[in-house]
Amino acid sequence: MDHITLTINGQEIKATRGMTVLEAAQSADIYVPTLCHYPDLEPYGGCRLCIVEIDKMRGLPTACTTPATDGMVVTTESDAINSVRRASLELILSTHPCDCLECHRRERCGPYDICLRHVAVTDRCVVCPSNNNCELQEVVDYIGVHELRIPRDTAPRTIDNSNPFFDLDRNRCILCARCVRACQEITGVGAIDMAYRGYGMKVATFGDVPLLDSICRSCGECMVRCPVGAITPKEPAVPEREVKTVCTYCGVGCSMYLGVKDDKIVSVRGDEEGPANQGRLCVKGRFGIAEFVNSSERLTTPLIRKDGRLVEASWDEALALVADKLGKYRGDEVAVISSAKSTTEDNYVMQKLARVVLGTNNVDHCARL
Amino acid sequence: MAGLATTFGSGASTNSLDDLSEARCILAIGTNTTEAHPIIGMNMRKAARGGTRLIVANPLEIPLVRDAAIWLQHRSGTDVALLMGMMKVIVDEGLMDAKFIEERCENYDLFKDSLNNYPLSLVEDITGVPGEKVAEAARLYATNSPAAICYTMGITQHSHGTDNVIAVANLAMLTGNIGKPGSGVNPLRGQNNVQGACDVGALPNVYPGYQAVNNEEIRKKFEAAWGVSLNPTPGKTLTEIMPLAHEGKIKAMYLMGENPSLSDPDSSHVREAMRRLEFFVVQDIFLNETARLADVVLPATSFAEKDGTYTNTERRVQRVRKAIEPVGDSKPDWWITCQIARRMGASGFDFKDPSRIMEEIASVTPSYGGITYRRLEKKTLQWPCPTKEHPGTAILHTEAFARGKGHFVPLEYRPPAELPDDEYPLVLTTDRSLFHFHTGTMTRKVRGLNIFASEELVAINPRDAEALEINDGDKIKVTSRRGEVTAKAQVTESAPKGTIAMTFHFAETPTNELTNPALDPVSKIPEFKVAAVRVQKAERVAVKTG
Repeated sequence: MDHITLTINGQEIKATRGMTVLEAAQSADIYVPTLCHYPDLEPYGGCRLCIVEIDKMRGLPTACTTPATDGMVVTTESDAINSVRRASLELILSTHPCDCLECHRRERCGPYDICLRHVAVTDRCVVCPSNNNCELQEVVDYIGVHELRIPRDTAPRTIDNSNPFFDLDRNRCILCARCVRACQEITGVGAIDMAYRGYGMKVATFGDVPLLDSICRSCGECMVRCPVGAITPKEPAVPEREVKTVCTYCGVGCSMYLGVKDDKIVSVRGDEEGPANQGRLCVKGRFGIAEFVNSSERLTTPLIRKDGRLVEASWDEALALVADKLGKYRGDEVAVISSAKSTTEDNYVMQKLARVVLGTNNVDHCARL
Repeated sequence: MAGLATTFGSGASTNSLDDLSEARCILAIGTNTTEAHPIIGMNMRKAARGGTRLIVANPLEIPLVRDAAIWLQHRSGTDVALLMGMMKVIVDEGLMDAKFIEERCENYDLFKDSLNNYPLSLVEDITGVPGEKVAEAARLYATNSPAAICYTMGITQHSHGTDNVIAVANLAMLTGNIGKPGSGVNPLRGQNNVQGACDVGALPNVYPGYQAVNNEEIRKKFEAAWGVSLNPTPGKTLTEIMPLAHEGKIKAMYLMGENPSLSDPDSSHVREAMRRLEFFVVQDIFLNETARLADVVLPATSFAEKDGTYTNTERRVQRVRKAIEPVGDSKPDWWITCQIARRMGASGFDFKDPSRIMEEIASVTPSYGGITYRRLEKKTLQWPCPTKEHPGTAILHTEAFARGKGHFVPLEYRPPAELPDDEYPLVLTTDRSLFHFHTGTMTRKVRGLNIFASEELVAINPRDAEALEINDGDKIKVTSRRGEVTAKAQVTESAPKGTIAMTFHFAETPTNELTNPALDPVSKIPEFKVAAVRVQKAERVAVKTG
């Protein structure tokens, strides 16, 4: 790897050639505000918040689109930067409900508290699923915006709730295009794009049809990258804890975190360090696990056929019956079907039982189907 | 798997998923990757956008076709002819990797002679793909190195599936596309742990680690390890077991986590076979179509409620971790199986937890020799990983093939077992939907997934539909020699003229009642991808008025 040295805010930083100024700063834990940058997406330079000053370079280049070079001298904070940065942020906020963002009570406010600023209930941060997990909140707190000097565009924008797993609320969208870029760069589907111009600009499908009727494959990669509450799960949940495991559907082996609350799966998150998936998941993995695991149709007790009907039985009874009856057959007259869905350990004991206990090699699973 | 074992010496995927990004050419044959392996589909699309030349060979116009440099729309079941045609072009134009063939492979001359039977004109006749297109694809694959091949059931689920796999392997060897990043032959595994189940011997002919049952020395080794004498005769495959059960020769069955009622070919025959069993135990998380036929049903925990490992399509062993307590009185599969074994008086089934089972697996499976739960806690490991110090193996056959030399096999094209005729004029091929998995036992429980795909849609070409006076959305009856299924028609260009495509995710419309149980003679894989069928408009159901 080719290393370079640059100076950011007077601090000497070692970086890898090919990094952008923003990546170099982040690698040294120097915070530069940004809303459109996302580590696995191409540099975009849309939000204009990551502007910096670079010696021997004119104007205020965006850190996310400027390659870091050896000997570069970068400043991330100055009056000039802050003035332009604040103006850019105000433009972003002019189309986003922002009364709460500048309110000192934001942290303490309940969803239906009486609001002295007369903020509509639907516009409040506390009712947004991304509250306290919102990059816009972070950036506003960092830059410190206390008033908008330009008029707000409060015209209601359309909400697309056609998808069964997530909603697209354009009222909260800041047009950072992370979703659009994720759909193109990460999934290669390209179901959504930026449509229309000026204040009319919005994230839309081809022909502006609902997401469900579009070519969207519902993987939710857009949702994962949304910095605000514009694309959010239909059933948002904050898990008590997360457990790292592997998806149980296809053979890709996506590493994922199952979010647990009250001993139920409430969320699924792709593991960015997953060697097979690098954080990505498909519609089945992201949205198709909790419901079958938590399904009320799950078998919860052994069943034994009596008089033609399957009736509930104890484990002791069921196991005794199986051991007794299965024990009567050996070799060619018995078969064991193992499972490509079960763990390797489950399969090992299953084939061992066939070979050691039942004396048969009639053991197989659905590899061929 | 048998095909790759013959040519390479190992049936597993040769490369890692990661290195698809390094391929300059990808041949995706017989795989609807974006639907069946969505993340790999994303990788392929990303690679294609970055300049990798993507060749899609598929009778159906799958979504990946949009991203392809070339789409070879060959007739279902004509893969051998297509690939032999490509290889003939490569040899005729001198595009093969002579050095690789000379140093790493054997039996080339015999194989080369067999190519003479496949002039492009004949290939065109058999496959329906213009000869020039076949040649173009061949040049693309041979001149953009490294080139990777990915395939799935579209290659294997034929009565000559092993030949198809060998053809793919021949192509990779011919161009030296083995043993380096971005190359290789990658059978994409359909199920989460089909690789792991095979690795530890849930197969009739091999013990854990693909060690042959009929090899006396190996049998002795396992007899010593397990402390019993073992049956020396290889067993029967699932696709052979069901007919034997039907005949009454197999009398008892213990089945875990499978649903042959929907997944097996000629499934009404299979259900009858299971009904005829004297004793039938099913272990599952749901009372699915198969469990309903059982004498005893044992409730298993789902993957979210147990510890263990899965081995993915790139031979990567990863930890499955318990997230929640077992639902109801359900128990982990390994626990249940061990309880049954112990109650039958067997020893060697007193595992305290799955990590102890992995210890035993490592002790009898050379390729898993160095895999422990302690190591897996820190990172995943790709087998072969023979020792505790071994870092795992990302790419197979880098220096030499697992069997020594790569073995070229001359091939002869054989048509599918059942071809269309006057009575059954169309070909039925099976496909998968992104929104459901296999027989739908899990995904059909998810409301949102059912919104995306709520019922079977039979993909039929507009010209066929017109001839049969079928409109989009009409109920149609699909009949084969084995059964009939009524489902909704989806008139679409994605199905070529003469071929219809159906999934098998829906219990209401069990597609596999139609499919052909004809088996590949070596791998015993049934011919799901070609069955002759007849399609007609279903009788109109009286519409309620008023």
